[in-house]
Parts: sequence; structure tokens; C-alpha cells
Amino acid sequence: MRLNTLAVSTAVLLAAGSAHAQYTNGTIKIGVMNDQSGLYADVSGPGGTWAAKKAVEDYGAAKKGLKVEVVFADHQNKPDVGSNIARQWYDVDGVDVIVDVPTSSVALAITQIAKEKNKVFLGSGPASSDLTGKACNANFIHWTYDTWALANGTGKAIVQTGGKSWYFLTADYAFGHALEKDTGDVVKKNGGTVVGAVRHPLSTNDFSSFLLQAQSSKAQIVGLANAGGDTINSIKQAAEFGIVEGGQKLAGMLMFITDVHALGLKTAQGLNFTTAWYWDMNDANRAFAKEFAAANGGKHPTMVQAGIYSSVIHYLKAVEAMKSDADGAKVVAKMKSMPTEDKLFGKGTIREDGRHMHDMYLVEVKKPAESKKPWDYVTVKKTIPAAEAFRPLKDGGCELVKS
Amino acid sequence: MLFELIGIPPQALFGQLLLGLINGAFYAMMSLGLAVIFGLLNVINFTHGAQYMMGAFAAWMLLEWAGIPYWGALVLAPIIVGVTGIVMEKLLLKRLYHLDHLYGLLLTFGLALMIEGFFRKQFGSSGLPYSNPLPGGTRLSFMFLPNYRAWIVVASLVICFGTWFMIERTKLGSYLRAATERPDLVQAFGINVPRMITLTYGFGVGLAALAGVLAAPAYNVSPLMGSNLIIIVFAVVVIGGMGSILGAIITGFGLGIIEGLTKVFYPEASNTVIFIVMAIVLMVKPAGLFGTPK
Amino acid sequence: MSTAVTATVTSKSAGAKNRELIAFAVLIGIGLVAPIAIYPVFLMKVLCFALFACAFNLLIGYVGLLSFGHAMFFGLAAYVGGYSVKAWGFSPELGILYGTACGAVLGLVTGLLAIRRQGIYFAMVTLALSQMVFFYCLQAKFTGGEDGIQAIPRGHFLGLINIQDDLTFYYVVLAIFAGAFLLIWRTVNSPFGQVLKAIRENEPRAISLGYRVDHYKLMAFVLSAALAGLAGATKALVFQLASLTDVTWQMSGEVVLMTLVGGMGTIFGPVVGAAVIITMQNYLAGFGEWVLVIQGFIFVVVVMAFRKGIVGEIQDWWTKRANKA
Repeated sequence: MRLNTLAVSTAVLLAAGSAHAQYTNGTIKIGVMNDQSGLYADVSGPGGTWAAKKAVEDYGAAKKGLKVEVVFADHQNKPDVGSNIARQWYDVDGVDVIVDVPTSSVALAITQIAKEKNKVFLGSGPASSDLTGKACNANFIHWTYDTWALANGTGKAIVQTGGKSWYFLTADYAFGHALEKDTGDVVKKNGGTVVGAVRHPLSTNDFSSFLLQAQSSKAQIVGLANAGGDTINSIKQAAEFGIVEGGQKLAGMLMFITDVHALGLKTAQGLNFTTAWYWDMNDANRAFAKEFAAANGGKHPTMVQAGIYSSVIHYLKAVEAMKSDADGAKVVAKMKSMPTEDKLFGKGTIREDGRHMHDMYLVEVKKPAESKKPWDYVTVKKTIPAAEAFRPLKDGGCELVKS
Repeated sequence: MLFELIGIPPQALFGQLLLGLINGAFYAMMSLGLAVIFGLLNVINFTHGAQYMMGAFAAWMLLEWAGIPYWGALVLAPIIVGVTGIVMEKLLLKRLYHLDHLYGLLLTFGLALMIEGFFRKQFGSSGLPYSNPLPGGTRLSFMFLPNYRAWIVVASLVICFGTWFMIERTKLGSYLRAATERPDLVQAFGINVPRMITLTYGFGVGLAALAGVLAAPAYNVSPLMGSNLIIIVFAVVVIGGMGSILGAIITGFGLGIIEGLTKVFYPEASNTVIFIVMAIVLMVKPAGLFGTPK
Repeated sequence: MSTAVTATVTSKSAGAKNRELIAFAVLIGIGLVAPIAIYPVFLMKVLCFALFACAFNLLIGYVGLLSFGHAMFFGLAAYVGGYSVKAWGFSPELGILYGTACGAVLGLVTGLLAIRRQGIYFAMVTLALSQMVFFYCLQAKFTGGEDGIQAIPRGHFLGLINIQDDLTFYYVVLAIFAGAFLLIWRTVNSPFGQVLKAIRENEPRAISLGYRVDHYKLMAFVLSAALAGLAGATKALVFQLASLTDVTWQMSGEVVLMTLVGGMGTIFGPVVGAAVIITMQNYLAGFGEWVLVIQGFIFVVVVMAFRKGIVGEIQDWWTKRANKA
């Protein structure tokens, strides 16, 4: 209830005289839940809330007579905090759909709650591909990326361009293990080998020891199966210890544009990684990024923030078509039955296991000299078509999939 | 263990030992500041990690906003952060000296949260780049030693020895030590004890900031960099014996090496090994390795 | 013997005890009607943390031992309790009991090591041990790494009460809390509790009076650990998940802060402190990026100006007023 009164509500758009009794409480209420101040605050955070509001505005909800409200909260990367907020949102505050939720442990908790309360959860932020596998359910859609897609995109491309032997630097956490395993499988499938791995504790300061082990493994590629500050630190220190000069290449498995920004091009140049979206790919993206930057202190949007935008647009389409947001599972079923289309993600579909299917992109970080404007960081090397980008339906083990 | 040792070529082991020593240099410098503050003020300075982070950010700001390069920051940043420490001591910490340690700890904990929160708000949490002032390195027979890392070890040894010398072997140091034992007596000899304590706190904070500047080119300059480190540095100080300068230095380097070896044999436990050592040491020597039981 | 000690410690008058019981009855009364206005899951969270803080306060407030590793009991009990319910099909009350028992056993083992040290060294030993428990929880297969144990079924309490319903479960949690709180109150006011206070005030004296101080300390430690475990296992059922957050040293720090804000060594302090901090966490969620700054600021203010904590300051004010009259 506190949340209700405090959360900044926006776009309370009333069309005169057209109260839609079909919508619960007369409003479509969107809850953006993410990390507002911690490790992943730059990846989605306040920018994610902005993206959701922007989507509501661009959809023209007001003109269409829809009353839409956006609230947000900080889950602090703690599953119990996230779970508490989600229950309160769904039960008391009349939130119909939760979007974003980076940090897989929190997202796993919230899929359960969305199912229990029969509401909707659209995950743009979480990474774990279990969300559309073992832990899938009929109230959840995984929007932007997942560990399998990242591992597959980057792993395959690198093996095909000659990076046959791999050594992994893995965060000793579930997502690190998943990234390592998924990438390892792709590497082996495409004729490469995994010569070894070292598992470091989360939030390690110094990677020199692990890098030295990677160096002595003589592998061609050092795969970084970690995230955030750990990835940044390992890349920074790899440059210092001459890993790249020594002929080995780095491959970041889970990287965002904000990580490149934190590293600086001088250190990050030449890195390959997979992303679902990049702001400088077409005019629509650039226009979005320009507005985003103006509202967010010059920062440019990440794929997660773009994903929030895209997922909110599609959600609004579905509820408008159904004229109701009451039954979460039915809304999700409707979303799955409609093709997706918006200005940022283009055309796509949603699979029965809840996977949003769209193209992914393999990108390479530019050299400092090639960067012409602020946040001009990567070039798109390859488009990975949707059909190849994500884990085949039958491999996920999702119980919604009828074999 | 021996079996595993055989599995690792001695060459690689040398490399790991050297890396451990480099990390130990950071622990030594950080715990040195904590030990000085605890020894002379009886305050457990939880803000130390945040002040280390402020040092790194000060270096970044000096470079970005004033164009002052690394070497200038090495001098200026500790002074700037040290002055903020002095202000903190004058305004807040001073009022808690007559109370239990616990309150100093809680106050500095609260301050650390505030500082970290402010930097997160201002600079985001993913960090900022700071380029290496000493690129390149030397190819040793067993590993590639970056110049910057070599510099860290040298700088740390000089700072540690200098501090130890100043406190244990100079007149000023003897006043300081005397003031912690019997402030009333020292005051009676005409020495301004409160000012001495304030300056000592500023100095300890400056040491943390200096470690931060040294860290900036090697690690990620991020608001979270201090909170990851503080708890480990605490352990180092406790193992060394709270308030013991020499203990902090030796334990810092020693634990760096132990941690380095763990990174080879059981990397998952490399963050935990320090706590295992701490538990064992406190069981055997309650006042720490170099502490004197009170 | 024991009377000699109790005489030296400020023993509570019968009137004070009665006042505490009345206050407790009021508290439970509020608890009974609270769900009308406040969301039950949130209330359950407050109760779990209040119990956790009370357990912690038993050590710091009445024995003078600052544990900086209490999260290990809380977190481990959440894991084992949750796991026993989910994987072995334990009933909820058995799962909670099992978690509590594991908390007690862990308390016995760590207590044997820790109580030999005092002050800051005691805090550091408990911190070190809890970091090891954290490492175990991270590595062990059954905990599911940082994803934690998810979707723990709530089932039926005592085979009768359907606790899948939040409101029903709330009353069960309130009952658990009330029982544990009375146990703590009873302990504090018993001869055993008086000896503990004697140890806090003057340990050498208690020893010279012939008390086996270590035994008393260990018993208090185990009781505190068991109650922290009870809180943890209950919380696992409330949120239907157990995760690494509950075992981190930050969680140990949080319980210290709750107790400090509420008032150390006061029987109601931890309850108030937990309610304030948890409300703050929820309330501040809307401030997004400013959460940490505000939290830090509040602690600074408490340490500088309201050192006795909320309940402690109120009690002081009350006594002063009574003395004047």
C-alpha cells in the first residue's frame, strides 16, 4: 500500500466517458521492477521505468481510451524483497503486469507468483534460459535475451572464425555455470574444444591469478562466463597482463553496452558479444536513443530497456484486443497468438514456451578512432536470424510444449 | 595438497606467489590505515572501504575535470579525501569516543552507506574507465609482469615502511602512542591531543584514498569497489592483531599470498579462505598474531 | 547464591513485569487486527524479522555479546527447512521445527568456538564462521546456488489449517511469534536470565560467585541461534523461497541495525526496530536510487542522537516523567 501511494504514477490518461469496466480496477497497471541502485541499475534501473512510460505514451493509450498507469520498485536483487513487492502489487495494488526483473533468482520467484495469482510477467532483464525451460509457465514471456542465446550467438561465431579451443573464466554462481555449460556445448558442437575452466567467486576484485591460469592453458579463446563488474574487471586486467597481445582472444558472454562504456573503447576494442538490440542500427532506434539520452543524463539505452519498451507495446495490443486484463494466462495466450511488431524490435513471434523470437546480433567493439560520436561503440558483424538465435523448442524441457 | 602441488609446474607457482604478493600490497595498505585509526582512536572505521572508493573517484575526477594526471592525483587525492575525513571526525566521530566501540562502527557503517549511495546516484554502478599510466611490462621467466603491478608493490612497501617508521621510531609517533595510552598525561605535557587524533584520522583516511588511487588503473573505478573489500580488510586487521601496525602489514602481504595460492588450488574458496584463517587464528591466539592481549 | 546475584543486578519489580505483559497483550491485539489495514505478507515479513531481531537481542542486550554472524542461523534454517518441505515432503510445522533444530545444532557448534572470546573478537569469530556457512550454502547442491530453493509448498499446518491462504498463515505466524516472544520474555526474567545479566555487567564477579559462566553463555547462544532458525524457517515458508541473501554478512548487519534502532536490551525494542526497518525498505523502494543514502542517514541520526533506540528513548522519557511526578 505504501508502494501504491509512493510509486510515481504516470500517464493517468482518462478518456472522457469511456470507462472500461473490463479492466481490473478500471486501469491497466504496469509494474516495472528492477534494480534501481545496485549492480544492474545501469542495465535497466530508472531507464527501464522511462522506457515503459515511453511505450505507454507512444502506444497512444490516451487516444484509444485506455487508462494506463506505470509504477516502479527496487527489488535490490533480493528474491524476498522482489517476492514481497510482487505479491503486494498483484494482491493489493492492482498491478496487472510486472515487467523487466533482472537477476534470475528474483525472476524465478516472480514467475511462480504470477502463476499463482494468474497475472502476467514479461521478463526483459533476467538471463536464465530455465525461465522458458524447466521453470516455464503460462503466465510468463521471456522477452529480450537468455543465456542460451548469448552463448550460442557468440560461441558459434567465434568457433566458425577459427577460435577452436576455449578456456572459461566462470562466476561461481548459477548463471555463470549455465553460461559456461551452454557455451561449451555450442563450442563442441561446432568442432571446438574446451580445455578447462576456472571458477571465481562473485564480485572478485583481482583476476590476475585466474587470467594467468587462462594464459597457461594456451587456449585460443578465453570465455568470460560472468557479468557486470566481474566482466569489466577481467577485461581490464586481461589488457594489463598482455593476454590479448599474447595471441589469446577474449569473448564476453554476457555484456551490455553500459559495460563497454565503463571499460572505455581503448580497453574494450575488438571484443565480440551478442546483443538483442543496438541503438545505432536504424533511424527508429536512434530517435529512441536520442530521447532516452535527453531524459537519462546522456546514457544510451541498453537492450534490456529497449526490450521493456517492446514488451509493453505488445502487452497493450493484446489487452486492447481482448478488452480485458483480468485473466493473466489468457492475456499471455493472446500475446502468443499475435505476431509482435514495434519500432524497436521489428517483427517477431512468441513461442509456446514463452520465448519471444526475434533476431539477435553479433557485434564487435570499435577501435577508439572509429568512434564518431558519444556512445558510438560497436559495429554489427552479423545478424543471427530468430530461428537460429534461440534454443530449439524441444530442448528446453518446458512442460507447456506438447510433444 | 602436496599431490596437487606436484600437478602445478613450479613456474606457474612462482607467478601465483608474485600475484598474491601484489594483492597483499593492497590489503596491507588498506589494513594499515584501519590499524592506525583503531590503534590511536579506538574506532573501527567501517567507512574505510568508501574512502578507498573516494580516492579512486577523486583520481578520476582530477583527470577528467581538471586534467591532472595520475601522478598528480597520487598526491592530491589522498589530501582531498583526508580532508573530508577530518571534517567527518570533527563533526561526528569525535562525539562518540567516550562510548563503546560499537557506536563508532555503526556510525561509520551509516556514513559508508551514504557515501556509496551518493556515488551510485551520481555515477551509476557499472563504473568508469581510468587508463593505465604505466603500460607494458616485463616478461619474466615464469610470467608477464605488468609495469603497473610492479609499481604497486614498490609503492606499497615504501608507504607501509614509512608509516611504520613514523609511528614506531619518531618523536611524533611516540607522542601518538603515548596519547592513546594516557591522553590526560600527554595533554598535561602541553600537547594538543584532540588535534593529534583528528590529524591521525585524516592520515588513516588518506592512506585508504591512496590505495584507491593505486587501484584506479588496475581495477574498475566503481562505487561498489570498496564494499567488496572492506570485510576482507577487517579480517586482515583482526588476524594481524587490532591496532598493530606491523601486524597489519605482515598479515596483509601474507594473506595476499595465501589467497593467491587458494586461487590455484580451490578458486571457489578464494574469498572464504581469509575467514577460515581468521577463525583459526582467533582460536589459537585470541589477540591476533601480533596483538597484545589487553 | 542466585539471590545474591539478583540483588546486585537491577531486578525488575513485579509492576514492571506486569506493564510489559500488558504491552505485550496490546501488541498482539494490534497484530490481530492489523491485516484489516495492512497486507498480510508484509506483516509476516515484519514478524519474521522481529523474531530474528529478538533472538539477536537476547545475546547483545542480555549477555552483552555482539554476534556479527547471526545470518548463518537464519539463512541455514531457511534452506534446510525449505528443502525438507519441498524435497522430503515434510509438513510445514515439521519443516519449521527441523530448521529450528538445525539452527540450534549450528548454534551449539559455533557457540562452543565463539563464546571463548569477547567483545570485538567474539564478533569477528562469528563473522568468520558465518562466512564459512555462506560458502557452504553457495557450494552445496541442495541450495540451488544463488537461484535458491524456489516454490516451496506451504501445505497444511498441523494437517488441518490451510496456510496457502495468506491471511490464515499470517495468524499462524503471529502465534509462532507470540510463543517465541513469551519464551524470550520468560527466559530474560527467570533466574537464568538474571545470571546472564550479571555476566553482562561484571563477568569476573559472576565467575567468582561460582557460576559456570561459559555454560550460561553457551545456553543463551544456542537459544538465540534456535530462535533465529525458527524465524528463518518460517520466512522460507512465507515467501516460499530460500536464497543466499539470508546468509550474507549484510543480513547479519541488518539485524544489528534493527536492534539498535529499536533499542538494545529492551524487550520490545527489536520488534519496533524490525518493523521500522522493514517498512522503510518497502517505503523507500519508491525512492529508487536514493535508498542507500536515506538508510545511511537514518543510522547516522540514530547513533548521534537516539542512541538508546526508539523504545529505549521512550522508556527513558517515561521514567523521567514518573520521577518528576
